[in-house]
Amino acid sequence: MVRNKLILAAAILSGGAFDSPAAAQNEQFIPILSYRTGAYAVNGVPYANGVADYYNLVNERDGGINGVRLLVEECETGYATDKGVECYERLKGKGPTGAAFVNPLSTGITFALTEKTATDKIPIITMGYGRADSKNGAVFAYNFPLLGTYWSAADIAIQHVTKEVGGVDKLKGKKISLLYHDSPYGKEPIPMLQVLAKKHGFEFTPIPVTHPGVEQKSQWLAIRQNRPDYVLVWGWGVMNGTAVKEAAAVAYPRDKMIGVWWSGAEPDVQPAGDQAVGYKALMLQHGAGKFPVHADIEKHVYAKGKGASEPGKVGEVLYNRGMVNAMLGVEGVRKAQEKFGKKPLTGEQVRWGLENLNLSEVRLKELGFEGMLKPIKISCSDHEGAREGRVQQWDGKGWKIISDWYTANQSDTEPLVDEVSAKYAADKKIQPRDCSKES
Amino acid sequence: MLYREAGQFKTTYAADMAIFPIRQDRIALGILLTIAFVGVPVLANFRIWPFASEYLLWAILLPFLILALAAIGANILVGYCGQISLGSGAFMAIGAYSAYKLGTGVHIPLAWLGFAISIPPLPVLASILLGGLMAAVVGILFGIPSLRIKGLYLAVATLAAQFFFDWVFLRVPWFTNYAPSGSVNAPALEFFGLTVRTPIERYLLCLIFVTVFAVLAKNLVRGNLGRQWMAIRDMDIAAELIGIRPLYAKLTAFAVSSFIIGVAGALWAFVYLGSWEPLAFSIERSLQLLFMVIIGGLGSIMGSFVGAAFILILPIMLNLLPTQLGVPLSTETITHLEFIIFGSLICYLLIKEPHGFARLISIGKEKLRLWPFPY
Repeated sequence: MVRNKLILAAAILSGGAFDSPAAAQNEQFIPILSYRTGAYAVNGVPYANGVADYYNLVNERDGGINGVRLLVEECETGYATDKGVECYERLKGKGPTGAAFVNPLSTGITFALTEKTATDKIPIITMGYGRADSKNGAVFAYNFPLLGTYWSAADIAIQHVTKEVGGVDKLKGKKISLLYHDSPYGKEPIPMLQVLAKKHGFEFTPIPVTHPGVEQKSQWLAIRQNRPDYVLVWGWGVMNGTAVKEAAAVAYPRDKMIGVWWSGAEPDVQPAGDQAVGYKALMLQHGAGKFPVHADIEKHVYAKGKGASEPGKVGEVLYNRGMVNAMLGVEGVRKAQEKFGKKPLTGEQVRWGLENLNLSEVRLKELGFEGMLKPIKISCSDHEGAREGRVQQWDGKGWKIISDWYTANQSDTEPLVDEVSAKYAADKKIQPRDCSKES
Repeated sequence: MLYREAGQFKTTYAADMAIFPIRQDRIALGILLTIAFVGVPVLANFRIWPFASEYLLWAILLPFLILALAAIGANILVGYCGQISLGSGAFMAIGAYSAYKLGTGVHIPLAWLGFAISIPPLPVLASILLGGLMAAVVGILFGIPSLRIKGLYLAVATLAAQFFFDWVFLRVPWFTNYAPSGSVNAPALEFFGLTVRTPIERYLLCLIFVTVFAVLAKNLVRGNLGRQWMAIRDMDIAAELIGIRPLYAKLTAFAVSSFIIGVAGALWAFVYLGSWEPLAFSIERSLQLLFMVIIGGLGSIMGSFVGAAFILILPIMLNLLPTQLGVPLSTETITHLEFIIFGSLICYLLIKEPHGFARLISIGKEKLRLWPFPY
């Protein structure tokens, strides 16, 4: 009898699970794919908080984008590709016009969604990650690797190394290792670094670390034997902190380690304590710290008790990155509203907005991001928009910016982008758009 | 009353040996197949509840069908032949990567012999089936230790397959056609000139595969070979004494099981993910398949389906529920709750019915047969 009742209850509940709630008409739906559990949660949580808080800010302070309120829903991916696909399918059709855009926050999920989003006509924003060749908007019409790809990151890292060793001629014969997360994310920079190694004559060794990255003893043994001049770290989550600790254990100088921008946040160095002092990492333009927009968040979100994070963590690197990511998406929708009207827009319309996004100094100042970001301009042929970065160093308490701005050298990255994206277009039978005819 | 077989006489050998000798079973299966083949596509095509969005097809039914197929494969080995395997994920990966290589063209330069083997890109259907065949070959190789070791020891030996192929597909760039990121894209799904694109088409494609393989597997396990497997499972020495060759029985079980798992892997990669990396077939996938078999019922084809539904769909339901009911919980809490409830359910189920859902269903059938006075 009890069993029958349970079955009945389950049937009713599962039936209800597919009901879509009646959607309000003047809302723009934005899905948040995040991970607050699992091996990568330490880095996933602050990022997701930044994203959530910025959307909240837009609603609380401005009442939405030109009166169109943002409706957001979070879905936990756990950094797993199949869960990410499930989350995307769950959320893509919600709201009056479907998802405005999607941020998968995982290179693996980005790869799996690239084809789906193009079919569904939903832009996929992969800020500072994703596939590097998707910079080519003529082939990847719906991918937006805004602010920088891994190939730009690799180029910037090598530029900084060049500066530290004292010139391009000194680079010859130097040994540079890449300690990378053994997944599409970690492997992305390898072809670029191989190109640069050939060009500058340094010796390049990739060293893989298996998911999730807590086991690095043998890799660091190899590093201790080989004594590379620099170790680039392409890790995420627990892998970063482990790398710093292992480096200390084999007495590899931390100031010869340069992490990518995903390996340069507080959770990556804090667990290692003093051992992390001197560790360097790239910045995806912004670093830690508070800017005018944070004052707004504290006033309109946290003062009302709607903040997602602990107030003390507002302004950390990954929190800020989540916020920037959300802001770029929101500005894409705002730009699209100029053309399509102040109403909820479809993914296809938002794509136009993102492709014509142009954030000048003035606009960034209005948004409260002055000093945090440099101007960014997206076009049909360039979905990256900006390829600048600096280097920061951990002093035990906070991140200090130690370099000027570097701009990734397009003459290095561009041939590779063209080659790989042309291959993708041929594989998938995509006819590249003629960017000179786009308006 | 509902399930009384009185009056169903079998007058021919054929009737006696039918897959579903009971009329009610045939009717139930007929209805189920009609719903699956006709009902679901029609409802989905006209977007009638619960198919208002593509979610149900894309994110629930498609992975369910493919994983149910893989669970059938795992069940043949674990449930029917009694050889515990933790390498199912590896065999899915072999199916997927072999199908990918065959679908995009194979080129093996044999420089020291002075020539190269080149196979042009094969049609998708052929590459999926050949991918299964490759998995079967590898399955036989990794099944050889089963002649000497059994039980948990064998499970550890098959674990070797899992780790080895995880490593191979990560490390050997030839398998990924030298893709810079190690992530590969499936070729376009073309079958006899028709391109499979929409979720409905993908669903039907997988459904055809699953139905065909389920019927084949059901017939296999009823026949001579299946009886040999079960004899080996129940007591290998006794089986040997009555004239069953353990070598043949065990290796065929490995071959058939790996073939089905390999095909499922190719479908998972080509039809569901479209673009994948070795992590899609990690050790977690192997464990998931083993749990499907155990929860669904060892030695039951239908149990594989129920097990797949339980392991795959129930967590998603648990995850969806709070939002759908409007309970304001953070995604973090929901996910942790999902783990807790799902884990407790597995414990409860295995304590109450260690033989899994298949046994529960057959008890239900027994009770229906004696209804209204079951004892």
